[in-house]
Amino acid sequence: MIPLSLALVVWAAGWALNARLANGPLSNTRLGQMAVPAIFGLTVLVMWELVVRGLNVPQVILPAPSAIGAAFGANVNVLWADFVQTILKGGLSGYVMGCGAALCIAVLVDRFDFLRRGLLPVGSFMAALPIVGTAPILVMWYGFGWQSKAAVVVLMVFFPMLVNTVAGLGDTSAMQRDLMRTYGAGYWQTLWKLRLPAALPFIFNGLKISTTLALIGAIVAEFFGSPTVGLGFRISTSVGQLALDVVWAAILVAALAGSAFYGVVTLAERGLTFWHPSQRAQKTNGTMRPGKTNRRQRQISKEV
Amino acid sequence: MRERVLPVLIVVLAIVTLWYVACLPMNIREVLTEAERAGALVTPSTAIERRDAGAIALVLSNSDHLARSWSQERAKLPAPHQVAIEIWDSTIGEEVYGRRGIVQSGSFSNRSLVYHTGITLWATVLGFVIGTGLGVLLAVGIVHSRTMDMSVMPWAIVSQTIPIVALAPMIIVVLYSVGVQGMFPKAVISAYLSFFPVVVGMVKGLRSPDAMQLDLLRTYSASPMEALFKLRLPASVPYLFASLKIGIAASLVGAIVGELPVQKGGLGARMLAGSYYGQTSQIWAALFAAATLAAVLVFAIGAMERRTLRRMGVAG
Repeated sequence: MIPLSLALVVWAAGWALNARLANGPLSNTRLGQMAVPAIFGLTVLVMWELVVRGLNVPQVILPAPSAIGAAFGANVNVLWADFVQTILKGGLSGYVMGCGAALCIAVLVDRFDFLRRGLLPVGSFMAALPIVGTAPILVMWYGFGWQSKAAVVVLMVFFPMLVNTVAGLGDTSAMQRDLMRTYGAGYWQTLWKLRLPAALPFIFNGLKISTTLALIGAIVAEFFGSPTVGLGFRISTSVGQLALDVVWAAILVAALAGSAFYGVVTLAERGLTFWHPSQRAQKTNGTMRPGKTNRRQRQISKEV
Repeated sequence: MRERVLPVLIVVLAIVTLWYVACLPMNIREVLTEAERAGALVTPSTAIERRDAGAIALVLSNSDHLARSWSQERAKLPAPHQVAIEIWDSTIGEEVYGRRGIVQSGSFSNRSLVYHTGITLWATVLGFVIGTGLGVLLAVGIVHSRTMDMSVMPWAIVSQTIPIVALAPMIIVVLYSVGVQGMFPKAVISAYLSFFPVVVGMVKGLRSPDAMQLDLLRTYSASPMEALFKLRLPASVPYLFASLKIGIAASLVGAIVGELPVQKGGLGARMLAGSYYGQTSQIWAALFAAATLAAVLVFAIGAMERRTLRRMGVAG
């Protein structure tokens, strides 16, 4: 019983500390904004450990965080191979191909009005479908290797990316396009210098949605058949062996990879769309009074 | 209407044509093997030569045998009409004319797509309702408690960047080992997949009333409860529907993935069984059933959204 009551104490202490931080003067600083979720996460982890120990929860139902950490440490080499197979070979290559193809098609769709009216409704319809269901077919076509996973990822990221990019390319005002015309700019110049940069926030929105979809596609496709390496393979076989600590370690790898992937895309966005109001407002957060910029930002975030 | 429907029809037609054309190189090897066994003359006459030749070259040099590409029994890529026939056979054909169908036996046949779609549908809807309900509750808590906001919200956002569907096989097996099985484990997966989009969307929605509107309620000396029900919740409805559409699609993916580890019916089980036994048209039929289901669910939420917003006077 001691670990259980200790868990409750930890919970109460963590919550009280957070309540204090969140309602105190620190809450508007960067430190406070980092510390509160970190304390919350830590509290949950400690409680998880104490509850699992206190109730003697069997390892095959819920392993304690310490056991998961130990499994992670013991299987670093295996998990690294899984990471390379699933995330780098399957996910990333499919992501690059799918997003690249969607960008090119989006420029075409934007150029020809007929395609926009014909392809775009089909595209937005496809974006809502459970495309992950094509995994068994693609595994049958391209074999168990990473190529079939990349193919699933291509299909999964293509349509959200297409819809977002086309929306972005249409986001210039008539005034801006007229200005380009008065400069005597042709179609391609207008595309490169005005419309693609203006579309960047939308393109990055698509890229960010696609990071998660790419990982989901790469992992779920492995449930339909894979070589003896890969995160999806590790998860499904370790579940079969009831080695749940390894399963959790594999999920931890997937989670870290997903956050890192998203983080890299966000950093790239910050570097390339520094001119956009939503980015500028973030940088000067705290000193900015609710005024013109914030209203514009709100408008944009609503549009996006 | 014509301007909008015609291009879509032409694009769909182009896709179907492309599909028929793609059947030729995809199925050519099996077609030629079959033709050779039947005694016909095929151009590279030995199997070894054919293995090294490209699929398109084979198509070009064997134009007399191509018709069989669209009627292979276990085609690598079944033609659209084969998939259509499979869908017909496994829905109307099985239920109305089959021995196990609802017309002759009084219950849905476990071989029919209707039965499997039903299983997936109920798991999806149950999970979606649970996930949405919990998500709205958490969002209300987040908006009202700064502690909760700062503690939980960053994690809710991070959770959207990670492939949580990877948890699915474990949840199924763990719940199975403690004696819970059937629809509920799948619903749990559906629930947590729809949970986070709803939380994020609802928090945005509940915060959407601006300071002026909140101040007005304060001058009426409205309690937080009244502010919630009279201002924040109504204001959040458009945001709620936007995240419901994302949530229901995620729920469906969750239910399908949840059906993979335990083969007890459902569209996911049907797809996996099809891929085990090489029944490609069965996979395609299940895929189309899943697509139709997703379309119907999203459309139903869209219709609810339009009706609700019109009654609230938000959309004209």
